[in-house]
Amino acid sequence: MVRSDVLKEIASILRDQLVVCNIGLPSQELHLIDDQPTNFYMLGTMGLASSIGLGLAMAQPKKVISIDGDGSVLTNFGTLPTIANNTTDNFILLIIDNGSYGSTGDQPTYAGQKTSLTAVAKACGCDNVIECDAADTGKVLQEALDGDKMTIIVCKCESGNVKVPVITMDPVTIRDRFMGAVKS
Amino acid sequence: MSVNEKIVSDLVANNVNFVTTVPCKQLAGVIDLIEKSPDLKHVPSNKEDEGMGLCAGAFMGGMRPAIIMQNTAIGVTINTLVTLTQYYRMPLPMLISYRGELGEPVACQVEMAVHTKALLAQLHIPTYHFHKEEDVEELDAILKHSFMCNKPVAILTDASFWKGY
Repeated sequence: MVRSDVLKEIASILRDQLVVCNIGLPSQELHLIDDQPTNFYMLGTMGLASSIGLGLAMAQPKKVISIDGDGSVLTNFGTLPTIANNTTDNFILLIIDNGSYGSTGDQPTYAGQKTSLTAVAKACGCDNVIECDAADTGKVLQEALDGDKMTIIVCKCESGNVKVPVITMDPVTIRDRFMGAVKS
Repeated sequence: MSVNEKIVSDLVANNVNFVTTVPCKQLAGVIDLIEKSPDLKHVPSNKEDEGMGLCAGAFMGGMRPAIIMQNTAIGVTINTLVTLTQYYRMPLPMLISYRGELGEPVACQVEMAVHTKALLAQLHIPTYHFHKEEDVEELDAILKHSFMCNKPVAILTDASFWKGY
């Protein structure tokens, strides 16, 4: 399974949740598969999906899922200690770890080599870190949502991309629509 | 009321309730008060762009954020300011320790100080420079300005303002 297969598989679970989605292909794929007002698409700023999601989860009681990538987490490694030390039980970080920088042409990341993001998250102090195969992502995500505990999911999948259009929605429209969904 | 107390009091009076910080010696006193304030959720961040991500999320969740950091952070955060805070039109008061100005003992700090205002001007970020203690009187209006126009604003606070540290 590649990332877009994972997103298709979990789309029905994501639909009712607040989702902060990583820059590039992940946001474009999610937008194509199931555009929802509850989706915040990042159009820039690689690495900050987990930080935005954590801030959002701290600010209000609804559950928040940040969909991140292994490359993006490597870009913002400082996020993991911040998450670990600010336990926010309505926050789930879903790292789709395909071992590559997908949006830029599938260059390999270190997470696909010797570095285990699961081990790093645990070493940073995150309590609930679950590594799963791509095919089990839906089940693990649903259990995390039902569990009411801050959870980091590292979903191991294959690298590879499908052709998707860029998001042409204006950023202020994305933000305004999302804030309306947060409040509703 | 001390300068630090005045800053925290103005933050609270403007309903700022989420503050992320990356420390600087000059900011130690105000960060200490922020940590102790029951009205402010304080989340220390490891890097300033990470902090701006936290602030963006907190804002979209209905809180009123602010970031406290050193001017060296401008070099770290340009992409985040442009593609997140400005692109999505979000407010963000940035209380910035303006290192490298008169009275600075560390020569390397001057290297970033000479670029600070030029970078902020290039980014079209409203910028205010607190040099004398009484300049803090403007903070209340600056905070209101940031949340009125949904823009990041920079408040540069130099060594003279802090009377050394």
